[in-house]
Amino acid sequence: MKQQLSQTAEYGRKKSLRSLFEIWLLQHLQAIVFSLGQLCRNPIASFLTASVIGISLALPAGFFIILENTRHITAGWGGSVEISAFLKMNVDDDAARELAGKLASRSDIAKVDLVTREQALKEYRQLSGFTHALDALDENPLPSLLLIKPDLGDYSEKTAEEFLTKLQAVPEIENAQYDQQWVKRLNAIIGIVQRIVLMLAVFLGMAVLIIIGNTIRMLIYHRRSEIEVAKLFGATDGFIQRPFLYSGLWYGMFGGIIAWALVTISLLLLQEPADSLAQLYTSNFKLIGLTIKEAFLLILSGILLGLIGSWISVQRHLRAIEPA
Amino acid sequence: MIRFTNVHMHYPGGIDALRNINMHIEQGAMAFVTGRSGAGKSTLLRLVALIERHTRGQIIVNGQNLERVRRGRVALFRRNIGFMFQDHRLLNDRTVYDNVALPLVIAGHDHQEVKKRVHAALDKVGLLSKQKSLPVTLSGGEQQRVGIARAVVHRPALLLADEPTGNLDPALSWEIMCLFEQFNQVGVTILIASHDLDMIKRMRKRIITLREGRTLTHASEHHDKK
Repeated sequence: MKQQLSQTAEYGRKKSLRSLFEIWLLQHLQAIVFSLGQLCRNPIASFLTASVIGISLALPAGFFIILENTRHITAGWGGSVEISAFLKMNVDDDAARELAGKLASRSDIAKVDLVTREQALKEYRQLSGFTHALDALDENPLPSLLLIKPDLGDYSEKTAEEFLTKLQAVPEIENAQYDQQWVKRLNAIIGIVQRIVLMLAVFLGMAVLIIIGNTIRMLIYHRRSEIEVAKLFGATDGFIQRPFLYSGLWYGMFGGIIAWALVTISLLLLQEPADSLAQLYTSNFKLIGLTIKEAFLLILSGILLGLIGSWISVQRHLRAIEPA
Repeated sequence: MIRFTNVHMHYPGGIDALRNINMHIEQGAMAFVTGRSGAGKSTLLRLVALIERHTRGQIIVNGQNLERVRRGRVALFRRNIGFMFQDHRLLNDRTVYDNVALPLVIAGHDHQEVKKRVHAALDKVGLLSKQKSLPVTLSGGEQQRVGIARAVVHRPALLLADEPTGNLDPALSWEIMCLFEQFNQVGVTILIASHDLDMIKRMRKRIITLREGRTLTHASEHHDKK
């Protein structure tokens, strides 16, 4: 007995010298290898689970890409946006012409057309038919009008609004407004769609959590006897849950990679028809795909969902298993 | 090594599995717990291993008062104990080697150490040549020996065995008992629950008999005097 005691004591000292970090790292490596081995042992089942996760992640990612492309297109359409700037009544034609020249030289303005008060009145007479009523007036009631084509690069609601405020700050300008409200409307619609995509992402993220949680739950019950034996031989909760957490991580990661692949393949399939459509509109529009950063974020969100899903499942089911 | 003082075990539902048990098993001893099915043999072992907690009295194992071992410390407490079961509880999807290695992997030993010790343990039970086999391909006696190797591979101070020979014929049972005796001789304290009275009498070790949750006799003295 004495011999054994001294053996244990010596062994204990050896173990305390070995850094705890080393043991920690070793056990993580073992869990990584083991959980990967488990996935590989049932390749079809693992692939199916990862695919379901992949599709669930691909849907919001796909919608996000569609939105990005829509925004890109509206940016391209921005060239046709015009602003009507009505000048103050006391600004005469010469001053208006001078202002138009000044504005046209600005970098954020592509083109300025001047409609003088006379021209405006003539146009109005032709279009309205109020000839006599207008004759009865002593003075021309119409202000000069500048038709301004902005050159902003990006036509989001914010920059468009800022540009308008800048114009309104010009002293000669009485009032400036977008002659086409559709940019605002389109932006509003994009806002709604954005919200929908966000909600979809949340719902499908929850679906991923449930899928992974359930998969891990089945893994846990499948290995019930193993967990019991491990607990009998002194396995800590951390030791037992580690491989399951890694399994969740792998499922999430492979799901994320599959989602990325699905989105990329879909875009490749859309590339050709999109190009021919762009050609018909003589636009140089190109479909944009996921950037490296976005692809990384997609896979990372898969990993996080996998970890969270398996963690919830492990907390709920692992503790219930005790050796009997 | 194990000291029970007025230990009661009351299961919810009105069953008293153990009543007022007092016993002491010294360090380095080998003892048997016997009695009919339902007499409380398994319960006694489960209390020692903290699989269940006693309802009254005091149990001290290896110098530790079991009431003071909190849930989070149970795992560490069990690392000093080896277990064996009648149904051997080997993991059927792992090789003999991996089964025996489990307690060492749990304790965080490195690859070299695990290999060395698993080989030593398997050599001791005479199954080194079967280390790559799956447990299902082994005979009942061999499976039980793998169970022993797993129970001692991490050099526990205490070995608990619940009906380790329950499914084996007398010759194989005797073989298993002799293995236990060898481990006992190098200092492991061993407590075995068994209803095979004939065999355990031949072992000439201390016998604790339970009947309806109470201890009856310490039969070892009678044998030694014979």
